[in-house]
Amino acid sequence: MNIELRHIHKHFGKVHANDDIVLNIPSGTIQGILGENGAGKSTLMKVLSGFIHPDSGEILLDGRQVVIRSPADAIRLGVGMLHQDPLDFPPMRVLDNFLLGRRGGIFPDRNAVAREIHDLAVQFDFSLDPEAYVDSLTVGERQQLEILRLLWLGARVLILDEPTTGISASQKDKLFATLRKLAAQGMTIIFVSHKLEDVEVLCHKVAVLTAGKLVGEASAPFKAKKLVEMMFGKEVSLEARHRLKAGAKVLELHDLAVEDIRLRLAGINLDIHAGEVIGVAGMEGSGQGPFIRACSGLIRPVNGKLLVHGHDLTGHSYHVFKRNGVSFMPASRMEEGLVPGLTLTEHFELAEETRGLFVDGEKGRKLAEERIQSFNIRGTPLSTVESLSGGNQQRALLALLRAPLSLILLEHPTRGLDIESTIYIWSKLKERCQQGTAIIFTSSDLEEILQYSDRVIVFFSGRVTPPLEVSSLTTAKLGELIGGMGWAKWTSGRANEK
Amino acid sequence: MKNNVWINIGFQAGALVLALLITTLLLVAAGAPPFQAYQSIVSGAFGSSNDVVSILISWSPLLLTTAGVLITFAAGLWNIGVEGQMVLGSIFATWMLRLLQDTSLPPALIILLGIIFGMIGGALWAGLAGALKTFGGVNEIFGGLGLNFVATALTIYLVFGPWKRPGVGSMSGTQPFDQKLWLPTVSNTGLSPWALVLSILVVVIVFFLLRGTYFGLRLKAVGKNMKAAFLLGVPTWQYSMFSFLLCGAFTGLAGAIQVTAVYHRLLPNISNGYGFLGLLVAMLINYQAVWVLPIAFFFAALNVGGIQLQIVYKMDSSFAGVLQDLLVLLVLLGQGARERFLRKA
Amino acid sequence: MDNILIGLAGVLVAAAPVLFAVIGETITERAGIINLSLNGTILLAAMGGFSVTYVTGNLLLGFLAGMLIGAIIAFIVAFGSITLHQSQVAVGFVLALAGRDLAYFLGVPYMNTPGPTLPTWPIPVLKDIPILGPLFFRLDAVTYISFIIIVLAWLWIFRTRPGLMLQGIGERPPAAFVRGANVNRLRYIYTVVGGAFVGLAGPAYTLNVKPGWMGTQTGLDGIGWIALAIVIFGGWNPLRAAFGAYLFALLEWLGLVLQPSLPGIPSQVLQVAPFPLMILTLLLVNIGDAEWVQRWLASMPEETRRVVARILRAMRASPPAALGIPFESE
Repeated sequence: MNIELRHIHKHFGKVHANDDIVLNIPSGTIQGILGENGAGKSTLMKVLSGFIHPDSGEILLDGRQVVIRSPADAIRLGVGMLHQDPLDFPPMRVLDNFLLGRRGGIFPDRNAVAREIHDLAVQFDFSLDPEAYVDSLTVGERQQLEILRLLWLGARVLILDEPTTGISASQKDKLFATLRKLAAQGMTIIFVSHKLEDVEVLCHKVAVLTAGKLVGEASAPFKAKKLVEMMFGKEVSLEARHRLKAGAKVLELHDLAVEDIRLRLAGINLDIHAGEVIGVAGMEGSGQGPFIRACSGLIRPVNGKLLVHGHDLTGHSYHVFKRNGVSFMPASRMEEGLVPGLTLTEHFELAEETRGLFVDGEKGRKLAEERIQSFNIRGTPLSTVESLSGGNQQRALLALLRAPLSLILLEHPTRGLDIESTIYIWSKLKERCQQGTAIIFTSSDLEEILQYSDRVIVFFSGRVTPPLEVSSLTTAKLGELIGGMGWAKWTSGRANEK
Repeated sequence: MKNNVWINIGFQAGALVLALLITTLLLVAAGAPPFQAYQSIVSGAFGSSNDVVSILISWSPLLLTTAGVLITFAAGLWNIGVEGQMVLGSIFATWMLRLLQDTSLPPALIILLGIIFGMIGGALWAGLAGALKTFGGVNEIFGGLGLNFVATALTIYLVFGPWKRPGVGSMSGTQPFDQKLWLPTVSNTGLSPWALVLSILVVVIVFFLLRGTYFGLRLKAVGKNMKAAFLLGVPTWQYSMFSFLLCGAFTGLAGAIQVTAVYHRLLPNISNGYGFLGLLVAMLINYQAVWVLPIAFFFAALNVGGIQLQIVYKMDSSFAGVLQDLLVLLVLLGQGARERFLRKA
Repeated sequence: MDNILIGLAGVLVAAAPVLFAVIGETITERAGIINLSLNGTILLAAMGGFSVTYVTGNLLLGFLAGMLIGAIIAFIVAFGSITLHQSQVAVGFVLALAGRDLAYFLGVPYMNTPGPTLPTWPIPVLKDIPILGPLFFRLDAVTYISFIIIVLAWLWIFRTRPGLMLQGIGERPPAAFVRGANVNRLRYIYTVVGGAFVGLAGPAYTLNVKPGWMGTQTGLDGIGWIALAIVIFGGWNPLRAAFGAYLFALLEWLGLVLQPSLPGIPSQVLQVAPFPLMILTLLLVNIGDAEWVQRWLASMPEETRRVVARILRAMRASPPAALGIPFESE
């Protein structure tokens, strides 16, 4: 099926998530969509698959203009989407997952459908047991199930969102073989990914999105450097930086191994010194989340040792880390960082190390006023945190950190913030560094990483680079590493994905 | 449209009016003339000094259970197990009294120990529900519910078994305690000034606890966003457990008072619905401790007035319950309606 | 032998109300909604059903009235939680109390008056089969229906296409939404349908098991809470839930039968047996997820760990994953 996207626009409040996207995808093409986090790829795919409606613009399928009102509508029109976390029903069987939602009579013919599943699976060299429960399948198998189901429902367009995250190498090979076969049969495939190597190997064409705009297209064979340049933009000129004298070791990681549902990170060795800033780069889901949480004691590592100021804190809880001067600032401000319904004053009162039974209202108010002033928070001591804007919530989170601290771990500290807030927050953080606090922060903004870090580590598919001096990095180099290229010199063997 | 004080008042008043409307219709359906019925409730509640005393007797346990659940609500918990916690308070108080009644200890001391032991009993039972939740992942609603029934069974077992009256066990409870072990009451009415003072004191304590202490602040944080509270340094599961224990202690106190001041023995259904009623009052006042005293009084008055309704019009005294339930339901639904209204506007 | 059979047949009849309530609530919770009002619904439906039959002389109308009451109360729960975004627990809890108080208040005129009761309808031929005949086939229409709905409910949930969708909206609403389900509309429907079945439990008691309305002495107070417990014990599966309901009725009957020989233990003690069972079930079901268990597991040698993990896994009778969690399609 031919797809034409004409002048698609989508706003979320002030953010122009999709800005005049024009794209043609002929039948039988494997179209890659590249872009950083926040570039607008997921928004565009949500529009195409019926999850959201564009503010303006048209979608044409096989030359006919269509309005896609819902995901069910989309599949009816032949557009099927495979989500990064497949939208299936884990406690139910493969056969049930297949049947659910397909129109038909009250009593489905389970045997007939089981046979159809088998026949389809054989075509693509998948092996799926119709009676197996979906929560016993691997991510790769769940993908296979979903692909078969979409084909069975008559999809002629297949959108895959970051499909190679969390699947084994052999499953990836099988997936690519399947996609090539389907494309040869006339299916249109849209492959959204941040992994340059995968895109290079698989796609016929590539479109690159940055900050909501379609900044470039290319056809195979691709030049990785060109793609990176399109994705991450031009070089950032770095101002002269004072390299602080390496202070005492604040954090030491010895052969640390961390696990979460999809990934296993292993063999991480890192020493961080007082006053140092470590930037953690990499696309979402590459392992930075578990890493930074393990460093703060929120997750227990499965192996290795973690020392703070020389004390072995491996396996201890976050509160022990806190007592040793470590603080964690989560990315999701309202879900994990702030308490809705409580005022700024109450938050400050909570964050302080307090003595006594009764809350000293006077002291609390003074503290709040002081912090509001010094962090330039647009709010009053009595403002509830949910009434603050994003930027001010982030400043509030920062203001809640005690002083002095040995180590601050921040997840995406400036995500979604305006320039002014970003600069202000970093100036506050730099003040801390001068007082000897070490900082580890994750970010998907390359400029931010290059601007503020002393050393950088990059995550990709559960692998991590050794710390790289920021002076040795350029935007292009960093972009390559984030996309999975240029790792050869550190690793042998394949990714640690399950 | 911003959250206007008048809009709030409007919806609250609307709920009250609607509740009265419905109960009026119900009265008509039941064959009682509505206005006279309301009149007789009022006269039944305030007509004589006996009635006012009855209200005060009911007020005391209700104050305690409401105050208790305000703490668990602050921690974000649905402590449906309050009924059982009150019963265990009664059981433990009875236990201690039975243990010491024949000793030579001064009666005042025995009563005091009984009351303290009652608080321990309530706290233990609440702690059990809390432990099931914290360590066993058992939702406190079902854990509490189950423990309520077990508490009832325990009472019946004791009343008909080991603690039964000489002769045959009966639903009227255990052997009443000697008069010396009765908490002093206002001319034998069952109203103990001690009970009243203690209950009001507890309400005041809870008010200040929730509003003015670090404990209350941390508890509220746990209730509103456990993850953020944890990151801010609050030991979350300890606070959850402690809120159960504290609530259990207060409700256990109510149970102990029922034994020492009102009934002077253990009987089945000694908690008489005060636990659930406390939950209702807490919901109605939107968990604001400052309203406990008046609203609990209002509910107690309704209960007493409802009895008059029974006498005069042969209605079932559960009419009071109907009015109470409807009020809470309509205020609850009204809240939702108001939020929708504000969003659309 | 005959007496035992008659007694057991009585158990089957006595279990019917509990069964209706349990099956109804299983359906509602499968869709993802908790209807905590069961205790109040059953009492009000019991009184209402009896009074309608008493006034009209028509048994069918009484049963329909009970179902209507159940449906209306369930609708309020659904409305309060889906449309007005209030807590399902709060609304359901208040309705549990309100239904009970209303039942006692409005039921006064009908107290202790005899009314029509359900006749027995022995099934020809089948009734004469030795043992099975006297047990299963000499009962009344409503008890027969109770047998049938166990099977129907099971078939619907696990063997039909719409039943799969029912499971879907309770397990993972976003996935169901993607497959074209109007999640909230379906939740409304299943809550009301489930509520109607719960409502059926009321008249099934006051027009059959123990005919008449006796106010607080009717013996129904608490059944709703017990039904909620049995739903959990039954693992949200109609067959297993039915087992739980029959077990409960059996225990009640045994309590009465054995009472003379165990003078020290009143029947009420046996009657609360479902609750410790429920707590135990909930404990076993969730214990695998507790953090301290995870840590303990991690510290075990590989072989033991795998065995223990397998056992924990087998015990899991998890609730529908989205139970009690509101769904917004935005």
